Amino acid sequence: MNNTNNVRYQWRRTKNQIILATIAVLAIIPAIPLFVILFQLFQKGISSLSIDFFLNLPAPPGEPGGGIKNAIVGTFIIVGLASLMGVPISIMAGIYLSEYGKESKFAHLVRMCADIFQGVPSIVIGIIAYAWVVKPLGKFSALAGSVALAIMMIPVVVRTTEEVLRLVPNILREASLALGVPYWRTVLKVVLPTGMVGVTTGVLIAVARIAGETAPLLFTAFGNPFMTYNPLEPMNALPLLIFNYSMSPYEDWWQQAWGASIVLITIVLLLNIASRILARRVAGEK
Amino acid sequence: MNDKKLSLPSKIWDDVFRYLAFGSGLVVILLIVASLITLIIQSWPAIKHYGLSFIWSTDWDPLAEKYGALPFIVGTLLTSFLALIIATPFALAGAIFLGELAPKKIAEPISFIMELLAGIPSVIYGLWALFFLVPIIRAFQMKIGAPPYGLGIFTASLVLAIMILPYALSVARDVIKLCPNDLKEAAYGLGATRWETIRGVILPYAKSGIVAGIVLALGRALGETMAVTMVIGNSSTLPSSIWDLGNTMASVIANEFNEAQGLHLAVLVEIGLLLFIITVIVNLIARIFIIKTRV
Repeated sequence: MNNTNNVRYQWRRTKNQIILATIAVLAIIPAIPLFVILFQLFQKGISSLSIDFFLNLPAPPGEPGGGIKNAIVGTFIIVGLASLMGVPISIMAGIYLSEYGKESKFAHLVRMCADIFQGVPSIVIGIIAYAWVVKPLGKFSALAGSVALAIMMIPVVVRTTEEVLRLVPNILREASLALGVPYWRTVLKVVLPTGMVGVTTGVLIAVARIAGETAPLLFTAFGNPFMTYNPLEPMNALPLLIFNYSMSPYEDWWQQAWGASIVLITIVLLLNIASRILARRVAGEK
Repeated sequence: MNDKKLSLPSKIWDDVFRYLAFGSGLVVILLIVASLITLIIQSWPAIKHYGLSFIWSTDWDPLAEKYGALPFIVGTLLTSFLALIIATPFALAGAIFLGELAPKKIAEPISFIMELLAGIPSVIYGLWALFFLVPIIRAFQMKIGAPPYGLGIFTASLVLAIMILPYALSVARDVIKLCPNDLKEAAYGLGATRWETIRGVILPYAKSGIVAGIVLALGRALGETMAVTMVIGNSSTLPSSIWDLGNTMASVIANEFNEAQGLHLAVLVEIGLLLFIITVIVNLIARIFIIKTRV
């Protein structure tokens, strides 16, 4: 009797150990390809990084000394324009949800739409920006790409702004209102500054997300081998350049695609890390 | 004296600001409505011309103006579900490991790195897959006697699996973390082993959250464009095995949109419309599961 109990106990213990070990192994395996990606990126791309690579314009395949200056500048212009369009309206919508709409039916509808929009594939947003901007203007343009990216960042910024502003204690609002400050000034001068770090975090996360997007730019910004600062012209961007180069039949373009990937991933990772550090500061302040 | 001057404008500003805020909220709703209407208008010639047979037809020949979306619908579903099947066991194990087993000191940095890696742009996954994964798969296909394309449905699914894993994992991990300590302690108090506690208490508690994470990951897989476009081989025939070349709804749009005109363009927008509707439904389902976890 005692013996059988002991055997069962032993079996349960062994089973426990086997399964836990399996879980740990399964949990570690997916980390491998991710590290391989990072490792290979730097291994293959580091040799193409040089000052010329940053300062030169693309060269025809086979010609040495080609750079990615136009794509870097283009990425900053397109993403900057997208932020100019997307951020103010998103923050206002976030303010509406946390300060005015709250639990109303309309506010819930806004939240639901923002959440649904977050799941809309980026290629579909590219089609929409094509119909809204490229078709009326009659040509591809950086502006169309910015519209697509602005649409993509809106849901992210709206939801984080709302969440952060909701954390602002009501005492602050009441104190400000008691001093006779109108509600709109209370929101702008008390509530928003209190939540500013969190709002910035949301914006950075959104910018990091759109900076690496390729699909919405394919038929909007389109890409351009030449330098341009005009947002009404087709413009190159890092993700577009990586895509076009890697799908080309030229080996030196592949090489440059790896180099451009290092630049892009560095931008995206820096934005992400900055947002986490800020987010941690918010958590610390609470 | 000053009061009268101030009170009136400030009331107006209050209203102006409120309407601005309300208007911005309205914009979010209008964006979705306007997107849907835009897609329907732009694809109307195709909807009118081909009707429902568009979904079931397998012919895709832009020169002959024959358009059937079935190869792409099959391609999308096949790659997405294959990716889910590959990713789910790892995501679940990872979620249990990071949410329950690993001590905080290990779990936190790993979670941090994982979230950073989730931010890698998909075009970079595509680049890596094209030059690293494709040759490996090709060698494997030669060994088992499949056509050695290297590219194809299976390769695309594998890249997708790697890409969606962090999403499924982090949602599941967060819910597993939420499991109250007294429930776990009750199980331990009854003499349960750690695994028995996980299986009997934590997993049932976190069930809807885990499902929500998987469905969210499915939503991402369905709409993922770049990495898939780069490795799926872009063939518009109906795939007959997972080693075949193929195309997904997203990849065919990415490949053909810029060269398309007239009816061809409308057909591609209709595929976009289908994709839009499918992903909205999938995300709504995920939301239902997320709401369930909160109750």
